[in-house]
Amino acid sequence: MNALIRKLVEAWGPSGYEHQVRRLIQEEVADLVDDMRVDALGNLICRVGSGGKRVMVSAHMDEIGVMALFAEPQSGYLRFDPIGGLLNSSLAGNRVRFENGATGVIGVYDSFGRGRTSVPALSDFYIDVSDGNGGAVPAGSPAGFWREFETRGTRIIAKSLDDRIGCVVAIEALRKLKREAPNEVHFVFSVQEEVGLRGARTAAYGIDPELGIALDVTATGDELRNRKMAVALGGGAAIKVHDTGLVVPPAIVSWMENCAREHGIPTQRELLSGGRTDASVIQSARAGVPSGCISIPCRFLHTTSETADIRDVQACIDLLHALLSAPIDL
Amino acid sequence: MNLDLMRKLTDARGVSGQEEEAREVILAAIDGHVEDVRVDALGNVLARKPGARGADLPRVLVTAHMDEIGFMLRSIDNDGLLRVYPVGGVDARILPGLRVSVGPAGVPGVFVWKPIHLGREQRTVALDNLRIDIGASDRAGAAAHAKPGDMITFPGEFTTIGDGVVRGKALDNRAGCALLVELLQGDPLPCDLLVAFTTQEEIGLRGASVVVEALQPDLAIVLESTPAHDLPDLAADPDEGIAFNPSTRQGAGPVITVMDTRVIVDPRLLRWLRATADAEGIPHQIKSAHGGGNDAGAIHVAGSGVPTAAISMPARYVHGPAALLRVSDFEHSLALLRAALNSVSPALLAHD
Repeated sequence: MNALIRKLVEAWGPSGYEHQVRRLIQEEVADLVDDMRVDALGNLICRVGSGGKRVMVSAHMDEIGVMALFAEPQSGYLRFDPIGGLLNSSLAGNRVRFENGATGVIGVYDSFGRGRTSVPALSDFYIDVSDGNGGAVPAGSPAGFWREFETRGTRIIAKSLDDRIGCVVAIEALRKLKREAPNEVHFVFSVQEEVGLRGARTAAYGIDPELGIALDVTATGDELRNRKMAVALGGGAAIKVHDTGLVVPPAIVSWMENCAREHGIPTQRELLSGGRTDASVIQSARAGVPSGCISIPCRFLHTTSETADIRDVQACIDLLHALLSAPIDL
Repeated sequence: MNLDLMRKLTDARGVSGQEEEAREVILAAIDGHVEDVRVDALGNVLARKPGARGADLPRVLVTAHMDEIGFMLRSIDNDGLLRVYPVGGVDARILPGLRVSVGPAGVPGVFVWKPIHLGREQRTVALDNLRIDIGASDRAGAAAHAKPGDMITFPGEFTTIGDGVVRGKALDNRAGCALLVELLQGDPLPCDLLVAFTTQEEIGLRGASVVVEALQPDLAIVLESTPAHDLPDLAADPDEGIAFNPSTRQGAGPVITVMDTRVIVDPRLLRWLRATADAEGIPHQIKSAHGGGNDAGAIHVAGSGVPTAAISMPARYVHGPAALLRVSDFEHSLALLRAALNSVSPALLAHD
């Protein structure tokens, strides 16, 4: 599984420009699904099984990044806008990668003065893309952050675990399903989650599901002096109860917890005080869709060293597979 | 640019939710050039211009919003002065002393303002504390001419100035409406054109959010005006040279949006517009300041999704009583729009 994780987390795909990730996933799932299509906004929608309930499972392909706005006329440094929720405290010295593979390094004003001890505004940052030969990256070019995948024991460390690890959970659950499901399940690999859950909204309208399940990372409560929450790294699949955009219907929480208990899958409850997932827009599609979320606990979100535990990932795969393998009665 | 049309459109008064005057001008101007004209439940004007080739090409929706920013009368004080709500993004810094037109009859008024004889106070007065003086002596006198809910706009005083520049209120976005009307009045296009003149953009893209359900387009282009603030730092000494300002520039042609706060333009459409402009030798620019949003933000996420692009005309001083637009930017925007629509092909929507 680590080879698949590496392939997906290292892929390039800031919001709105997910095509490279989509191609990798298409290749990966081609033999695992009954049919697949790409919708108008670029969501990859894969169906498996028939009968029972029409279920939408959603994991987003996009990652946070930057959009180059213009180059400073004298220096050539690029100014940029954020794509998604950047953490200003972790930008300086980071590398970004453009679609053609060119890399840039982020610099900051007064780096050994104010820039060292305080958190600068986004307008204090710029990107060096000089190649020594006058080459330039044109305005209007998006970039993603760049960092290689690493492991440390059971920990996996990478950029964009948010939410390529959710994509991995979906793909591995598909592999376990072997195209046999008593429900009509639409696996959506969605676009533009990080800029406002835009892809899942249109995918849900198109699928018109009776049940929605998002797969996404969630914060953990075990980072020092961070927002306290019950989720711990290595504590199992996190079953969402509540976040900023969704109150999961209790019947869905019970369904997930009971299923996990039957199959001996470790779980923990997740209540997130700052954040939303695709499930919050699936729930309000068309006439309304009861929706829940299976979350992968993850430390250091939106940095280039997001950290998860492979045992939690396996628990999420096992839980999703178990949920989709039986008739659903909610 | 049809100056008579632009005059009628910008002089028409129509804040968000009360777009009747602008809508009437548009309905008269497109009469005979389109089919299936209707006004929907939110006041949007919907229409269709059949293409020469029709069914084998994607159905393209082109939109422009009809509403303008302004005010709504909130209440009348004992002394006959009017209090207002803002409708859309108005700038309290520029209001004191400005002339306004109140209500359907356009009762003349002026934003209260303390003359400089009475003190050199330079602080901006908050909009909540500003009032409008319509010359009434007391509440009853004012109530004879104005009532709560009345729309208040800047007076329309369209004119041409300088070197190919038009000046008027509401260029945001009657300029977009004019562009769309001239497109519809022009030569037939190969593809079926779906049209929406939308309402209530300035207060949250409300009209545009429902047009996809009715028209079911395959892709969309939003026509807009966007702030050009290509001026030097006004406090700087011009002899030092003009400080670099990365803003959208007047005279540099249509502004193609890459990303704003509400939409990331589909890379396929972005490539198409840039390649079309390059091939036709039409000057164009990439929007460099990504604040704000327009109807593209609502349209692209409607229904099962619509790839959407935005072409904007750079205009100075939008959301004020005297915005400026260069005729050349209008003409280049129209040329880009026509060239793009003439090159629509099914391959345009093939995924990478």
